[in-house]
Amino acid sequence: MSTSGATDAVMAPEPEPPGGGEERPLLDVRNLHVEFRTREGIAKAVNGVNYSVHAGETLAVLGESGSGKSVTAQAVMGILDSPPGFITQGEVVFQGRDLLRMGGEERRKIRGARMAMIFQDALSSLNPVLSVGEQLGEMFRVHQGLSRKEARAKAIELMERVRIPAARERVKQYPHQFSGGMRQRVMIAMAMALEPELIIADEPTTALDVTVQAQVMDLLAELQREYNMGLILITHDLGVVADVADKIAVMYAGRIVESSPVHDIYRAPAHPYTRGLLDSIPRVDLKGQELYAIKGLPPNLLHIPPGCAFNPRCPRAQEVCRTDVPPLYRVNQERASACHFWKETLDDDSAPSGDA
Amino acid sequence: MTDTVKGAAPAGEPILQVRNLVKHFPLTRGIVFQKQVGAVKAVDGISFDLHRGETLGIVGESGCGKSTVAKLLMNLERATSGEVFYKGEDITRLSGRALKAVRRNIQMVFQDPYTSLNPRMTVGDIIGEPFDIHPEVAPKGDRRKRVQELLDVVGLNPEYVNRYPHQFSGGQRQRIGIARGLALNPEIIICDEPVSALDVSVQAQVVNLMEKLQDEFGLSYIFIAHDLSIVRHISDRVGVMYLGRMAEIGTDAEIYEHPTHPYTQALLSAVPVPDPQAREQRAAGADSGAAAGRGRIILSGDVPSPADPPSGCRFRTRCWKAQDRCAQEQPLLAVPEVFRGSGTPAEHESACHFAEERATAEAA
Repeated sequence: MSTSGATDAVMAPEPEPPGGGEERPLLDVRNLHVEFRTREGIAKAVNGVNYSVHAGETLAVLGESGSGKSVTAQAVMGILDSPPGFITQGEVVFQGRDLLRMGGEERRKIRGARMAMIFQDALSSLNPVLSVGEQLGEMFRVHQGLSRKEARAKAIELMERVRIPAARERVKQYPHQFSGGMRQRVMIAMAMALEPELIIADEPTTALDVTVQAQVMDLLAELQREYNMGLILITHDLGVVADVADKIAVMYAGRIVESSPVHDIYRAPAHPYTRGLLDSIPRVDLKGQELYAIKGLPPNLLHIPPGCAFNPRCPRAQEVCRTDVPPLYRVNQERASACHFWKETLDDDSAPSGDA
Repeated sequence: MTDTVKGAAPAGEPILQVRNLVKHFPLTRGIVFQKQVGAVKAVDGISFDLHRGETLGIVGESGCGKSTVAKLLMNLERATSGEVFYKGEDITRLSGRALKAVRRNIQMVFQDPYTSLNPRMTVGDIIGEPFDIHPEVAPKGDRRKRVQELLDVVGLNPEYVNRYPHQFSGGQRQRIGIARGLALNPEIIICDEPVSALDVSVQAQVVNLMEKLQDEFGLSYIFIAHDLSIVRHISDRVGVMYLGRMAEIGTDAEIYEHPTHPYTQALLSAVPVPDPQAREQRAAGADSGAAAGRGRIILSGDVPSPADPPSGCRFRTRCWKAQDRCAQEQPLLAVPEVFRGSGTPAEHESACHFAEERATAEAA
């Protein structure tokens, strides 16, 4: 924690207009730190994450496994396993109030009703011994105190809204009787049930086939537009991100290393890690050549390298990268990059790979 | 590891010929008196050739039978009917010693590097185990050295020979799996989703390794995956499977640039492109009608159950071109008549009565 103290000042989130009603983001995560205290030592999973989402906006959080993208989401939702996980610093401001300072009862009212989460693996997130209708109806019975009968009617309505065919019959069925795509629709229906302002989707389509993935992403985008929700999409798929996101936050070793509007980042990444990820996508015009590969492995969170966490794998690493943690430099009004050499990375990109 | 190019077969000659391969898994009812009430038609008449030194990619959604094909080629499952000719010999009926000899030349790399390595065995034992089964490949005293050579070949430190799988990351484990596949100097390696479980930045490393090994040892790959961009990168030819049948097969450019089967077209259009500008283009295309423009085709519904596949063309229940003929007559995998002798890239095998190219970006 001690090394990051200096950088926090630089990484301070953009100054907000005082009391700016329209400008205020729906969710504002500020300098969030999460660690897991394990027998082997303290794993620093999230080290000072800042991001914000406005109503109707889609933020994609991109990262590999172990980058802290899901842990951040769990901390925001308040479903972090604790112990071993502990939030050591930071604020999660949702509609102007810091969730981390709320009591359990208060948070429970927000969770599900105001913000909801869609998980990756629908089969293991749904209860196998309850029918789909009961699970959907539970949302209404617990949060709104509806009767069983009313809740069932609502459940059918929801299933129709996420376009599950023959909803009236299928409401009695159990999760195993649904296909993967349909199960994910049930998950979406459940998250949508109380019309929350914010949805966090953690790899919602990773387990699905491409043709089904397209259906599910379409549905999600449509519902988002309809209800003007904020959406945090957690994924490692650069294709999905390009398809739906408004802005992107790239995470590496528990930090946001680059944040940017979606078009800019694909055109010219300002961080070598982002650049490496984009370059390792197979391209048609480079077939037959070796794929660009980021060398090495993602760091062990128990032993994050000193300086920039990416320095052992970075083609651009200099002495300063091994000693000083790069602050999140402001590239322009909307972009930021945590690289000492973001200018060079940005310029370098515009020169050689000039693909249209 | 040096005597790589075995036999005198020149490059390009078919090394593996698959003819009408069928695998039905029986569905039974009853406990004491079991009777068969149906069958899951996992693979239902597949034919293709694998040439020496080439990579044949097989793509398709889950449940289309691509992994069953891999198991049939390895003879891990017995085919219900059909033949697999390896150097002119049908290997589906082999057993005992003859089968063992063939398996030496056909090896497999599995999807999940976490479950396909025995956690109680050291890396040296895992990679050396093939030598226990085929002792003629490496004499006993020589084995440790061979294992270390193999580790070096796949880019791992040879000193790791006494470590256990849990001490390695996913990408490193997949390298161990590849080293095990290489141990017997096979001619063919069947890779069933070899990079699907790996992180994006590590996928590229493993794909590069596999391409390097192919050049070095003259291997032929069957590369099964659902990631279309990786398959395109590594494959010389690509086959698209749907519900136990081959929908379309051709060179990578033919399949990706000039698909004529509606399923292939839908599959390719559904892949999210890592370029935000494609979004606007696609939105523009969608307005002018999904089937006509370059817009995304979103298929409705799910893949039907392979236990009860549709009659005729299997794709007809989700196809926007389907007509009566599709329900009655099964389309055969052949070059469609309209393209026969045309000399265009659309001239490749496609199992559709109404095969045609979509208007591409260049044409529009």
